[in-house]
Amino acid sequence: MSFTRRSALAASAAAVATLGAAPLSRARAQANSIRIGVLNDMSGPYRDISGPYGVACTKQAVAEFGAQGFNVEVINADHQNKPDVGAGLARQWYDQGVDLILDVPTSSVGLAVAQVAAEKNKAYINTGSATSDLTGSQCKPTTIAWMYDTYMLAKSTGGAMVRTGGDSWFFITADYAFGHALERDTTGFVKAAGGEVKGAVRYPFPATSDFSSFLVQAQSSRAKVIGLANAGADTVNCIKQAAEFGITRRGTKLAALLMFLADVHALGLQTAQGLVLTESFYWDLSDRTRAFTRRVLPHLNGAYPNMASAANYSATLHFLKAVKDMGVAAAKVSGTAIVDRMKAIPCDDDAFGPGSIRVDGRKLCPSYLFEVKSPAESKAPYDYYKLLGTTPAGEAFRPLNEGGCSLVHA
Amino acid sequence: MLDAIEAFLGVPAPLLFGQLLLGLINGAFYAMLSLGLAVIFGLLNIINFTHGAQFMMGAFAAWMLLAWAGLGYWWALLLSPLIVGFTGVILEKLFISRLYKLDHLYGLLLTLGLGLIIEGVFRNEFGSSGLPYRIPDELQGAWDLGFMFMPIYRGWVVVAALFFCIATWLVIEKTRLGAYLRAATERAELVQAFGINVPRMITLTYGAGVALAAVAGVLAAPIYSVNPQMGSNLIIVVFAVVVIGGMGSILGSIITGFGLGIVEGLTKVYYPEASATVIFVIMAIVLLARPAGLFGRA
Repeated sequence: MSFTRRSALAASAAAVATLGAAPLSRARAQANSIRIGVLNDMSGPYRDISGPYGVACTKQAVAEFGAQGFNVEVINADHQNKPDVGAGLARQWYDQGVDLILDVPTSSVGLAVAQVAAEKNKAYINTGSATSDLTGSQCKPTTIAWMYDTYMLAKSTGGAMVRTGGDSWFFITADYAFGHALERDTTGFVKAAGGEVKGAVRYPFPATSDFSSFLVQAQSSRAKVIGLANAGADTVNCIKQAAEFGITRRGTKLAALLMFLADVHALGLQTAQGLVLTESFYWDLSDRTRAFTRRVLPHLNGAYPNMASAANYSATLHFLKAVKDMGVAAAKVSGTAIVDRMKAIPCDDDAFGPGSIRVDGRKLCPSYLFEVKSPAESKAPYDYYKLLGTTPAGEAFRPLNEGGCSLVHA
Repeated sequence: MLDAIEAFLGVPAPLLFGQLLLGLINGAFYAMLSLGLAVIFGLLNIINFTHGAQFMMGAFAAWMLLAWAGLGYWWALLLSPLIVGFTGVILEKLFISRLYKLDHLYGLLLTLGLGLIIEGVFRNEFGSSGLPYRIPDELQGAWDLGFMFMPIYRGWVVVAALFFCIATWLVIEKTRLGAYLRAATERAELVQAFGINVPRMITLTYGAGVALAAVAGVLAAPIYSVNPQMGSNLIIVVFAVVVIGGMGSILGSIITGFGLGIVEGLTKVYYPEASATVIFVIMAIVLLARPAGLFGRA
């Protein structure tokens, strides 16, 4: 059989499309051991937010929890930000005796895995997907969302922007579940405060790297604030190109609705200074967060923990506490039972401090509004944020009765 | 009059001019990358899927030169293509040169695999969120064009890309060296009989194609995030550009690169959701109507 140039090209397209995940094969779990599967992006735009650091923080929690009469094994895999790959891996893991799936960034994947966990009655703690639907219209008795969601980001960052005079908005939105949820929740706060939304563009994710066209469209709408309803490398590119096109110099403000410490690091303080953003964890927040950071830092290959990787630590500790509380055998039987136990006992750890988990699966913690320091203000590696304000745990998230979660009235 | 135009276009005219210009700038990257691919395919018959990784290496080399050796943008523009081109020469000598007698598919699989390995190594070493690289001081700032605020650096990108495109085209079509190259692709034995070292010429051609990708990488470093996956987003689009222009056609890839940049820019105004797919729709139509591409020889 001979190949023409064109058939070779067609084959090349197919080769790219079928680069799927390699199947995992593991021995079946033993009765007295707990298996935690960290499922996240190890190779794409969200890798540095959690990825290998999320895995390291999970292992840190396991090491600190210590020997309590049962073994804990941590495995991990790359979902490549694809819902079908993520759901397939989750199904396989749960069938192979994984007791908890953790992390799962990218809201489209996060929602797909929630479905699988509920179907299999297995525990699922999400520390990566921001969509507030995880604890709203798509909440499940087996799901917990740990440290943030689009509502909390919209309220903190969006609310702060509106209060300082940013009453007209234009959104640049990643065209998938997360971007839509973030745009929707922020729009709610802008309108509630009497502001208006002048328009939005939805760009293909993750195939876009030039945002200049959208930034110029946003600017010509004459909106005072450009809301970036995206994350990771997309946000970094937007901010970089907005600076290049002089958008911020001419008075238009950028609202980076979701930004992590790693993104600020990637931008450099020269470009990022003055940005306002929200996280629920920062390494330099208190003695406890600094102590946690000191312990985990040797395992992070030079990076610092942010709210996503720290949430893996916090969630793993709480999960193991619940397992110990109810016994390994009982914990392995039902995901709903272990999640109910996690909701019943109080949380407390060095990264997030004391907290609790609501009936809809929403973990409550304070949200912190930060401003990025200027290069002159930054004295040490990753000394990037100054605290502008704190929203207490009780007010940071969407009120329980507004989310439309079926568990609330059950 | 202007109102009538605006009513017809559906968007304000200044916005549209701005988008055309931005499309042209993106087209400059497509043109430079597809040019390198066209040179390599035209002269070596290799579908170089490592091209995206080599574009990324160009940007990383610029960052390394600055961070580790203190050499700025202009030095990077000179040295990065040389360094990355040299790695291309090694790849060609070690691996690719063994595949010339085999089917295209083998070259494609090899280069795709090499590209994935290179990206993986960079991701392991530098993470995925990218590294900062500033616009050089000489090219900071912007011109106010009335309808749009035009960063000087983007203007420079278009000028530089045009320069490299035209220079490459001239070398291949109008010089004696180019004539040797073209002759060697047709009848390698005959050219060799005249005392020309054909294998070396092929190796250097691959190096030059790779160096073109690296130049594009250096040009891209200040405006895109310098991260390991920056090439893989672009490379599939660039392959579509090459197919539309006609595989191996140098002039075709240049014109198609700029043209499709503009088409994509317009799509971003009228229907942004489709901006990643429009080029593939055009590719499908062109392949149905003219299987050899717009400028290809059937």
